[in-house]
Amino acid sequence: MLAAHMDAIGLMVSQIEDCFLRITSVGDVDPRILPGQAVIVHTKNENLPGVIVMPPPRLLLPEEGTGVVDISHLFVDVGLLPSKVASLIRIGDLVSFGAEAVEMSGEIVSGHSLDNRASVAAVTLCIQELQSKSHNWDVWAAATVQEEIDYVGAYTSAFQLRPDLAIAIDVTFAKGPGASGWDTFDLGKGPTFGHGPNIHPFLFKQFKELAERLEIPYETEPMPTSSGTDGMAMQITAEGIPTFVLSIPIRYMHTPVEMVMLKDIQRAGRLLAEFIASLDPDFINTITWDD
Amino acid sequence: MPLSQPIIGKAQLKLLEKLCNACAVSGDEGQVRKIVLEEVKPYADDAKVDAMGNVLVTKNGNGKNHHRMPAPVRVMLDAHMDEVGFMLVSEEGDGVFGFQAVGMKPIHLANSDELKRKPSFESLRIDIGPNGKAKPGDWATFATKFKHVGPSIMAKAIDDRIGVATLIELVKNAPSNIDLLAAFTVQEEVGLRGAKVAAYAFDPDLAIAIDSTPAYDIPKHDGTENIVYNTRLGLGPAIYVFNSATIDDPRLVRFLKDTAEAKDIPYQIRQPGGGGTDAGAIQRTRTGVPVVSVSVPGRYAHTPIGLCRVDDWKNTLKLLHAALERITPKLLTEN
Repeated sequence: MLAAHMDAIGLMVSQIEDCFLRITSVGDVDPRILPGQAVIVHTKNENLPGVIVMPPPRLLLPEEGTGVVDISHLFVDVGLLPSKVASLIRIGDLVSFGAEAVEMSGEIVSGHSLDNRASVAAVTLCIQELQSKSHNWDVWAAATVQEEIDYVGAYTSAFQLRPDLAIAIDVTFAKGPGASGWDTFDLGKGPTFGHGPNIHPFLFKQFKELAERLEIPYETEPMPTSSGTDGMAMQITAEGIPTFVLSIPIRYMHTPVEMVMLKDIQRAGRLLAEFIASLDPDFINTITWDD
Repeated sequence: MPLSQPIIGKAQLKLLEKLCNACAVSGDEGQVRKIVLEEVKPYADDAKVDAMGNVLVTKNGNGKNHHRMPAPVRVMLDAHMDEVGFMLVSEEGDGVFGFQAVGMKPIHLANSDELKRKPSFESLRIDIGPNGKAKPGDWATFATKFKHVGPSIMAKAIDDRIGVATLIELVKNAPSNIDLLAAFTVQEEVGLRGAKVAAYAFDPDLAIAIDSTPAYDIPKHDGTENIVYNTRLGLGPAIYVFNSATIDDPRLVRFLKDTAEAKDIPYQIRQPGGGGTDAGAIQRTRTGVPVVSVSVPGRYAHTPIGLCRVDDWKNTLKLLHAALERITPKLLTEN
């Protein structure tokens, strides 16, 4: 089972005040990056463009003028008059980032929701490659829901499919301005292989050997506790499933300007396809513990 | 002879879209200058670019041909072409540049203290990707695209492309009772610099700065009445009386109000306070120029997405055109 979540973080209308919409976050949204962002308000019948507004200091609590303005004091303006807003928009309507994706030089894409559409693309590439490759194993590709809430979709899909092996494909932190620690990886230097309690060590070893044989660059990503991916759910589904986590480095995760190098998506897709094609019919019996 | 009346329709909105989407950070106004020149040249008696990059357009009135009539009043109209933006100042490798904008640590990697602090301006970076080509000294601006939504416009640089678009329409429909001296100026956002030399060159009898002023007509945090709104959307053009750059000429303020009332055009008085327009520089040129500012109210100026109402723009153009038609030499001899 390949799992790439298709949901993204966003916002929700929590209150309507005159022609302005108060908002709350869905998933881990950084309130510091919200002011001035273009958004789309998803109403029952149409999608309305809007902008997130941070009121000027004169309209805020005195102490908020210097600090981060709480999301409860931000709002969305959709440019419509109060009567129109009242008739079109309902509390609970979802709000997504509205900035359009930008193609930059050097096969780089910047935009919102690359967490985790980059992985959805990688899994799609994998499936395409498998069309012309013989493989013994059945493959389920799951585009899961509600990962950003609590891996909700991965729990239910893994339970229904009961796979022998599970691979979560997600994004990880690329090095960039302000991000240079042990938990960050080079943009454009290949996917990362998760290593830690969420990952079956035998699968980690298999992927490393495969990547080295194919000369596909990768980095090992230490995951000392949680992988923070669908892998967390799949590993503990039913009797337990051997799980692996493959990640694509992106910059500025959970902002509307996430950045990915297309080469890394292609590498991830190819690695997955090669791994699946390499599985012998009795591979499952070779998964052992080197104790 | 019926005078041509300016209107705001599809063509004018299209032109505003082109103007807003163009990039013209102070000192780098070329893209907007090109559009302005293309638009006004067929209508102008004279159109030139001065030493600073201002576009100076003259549209003469008819008075000169009738020796019994007094010489037309020389009216300078001003709208600045530049917008706020950024300049790259240092190269840090890997496509990352100091100064400004998009680069921040993901929320997951930020500690709880960092999440409470507003990121300092100095900590921001522009990232064009490891293979991008740019160098310190290059300008940058918001990448927002123009949108027309219901009664509103959402775009970057409404301040002051809406003034530029208004002035283009006034040049195209110039009343014949005045000499219309249109200055599309540079460097307003860095200290009203273009307007100073434009006013010197034109040496006008009076001047009107056309700009966009903030509308803070949004809810206050505690739900109490917001009495510091500056201007409000939907109430028409904002006439200035006093700000940190100028005390507007009371005769011109009264004249604009009278015109609006006579023609049944809605208007509002911008709340007196800080801020300023090119009028501040024009007023102090040579031996002094009577000035007034008129603005289209706009929310969220100097951010990636501003918002204004098409109706306010229409009424601003209407008021200015009506006022120009009514100008006579007597206007400035009154007290």
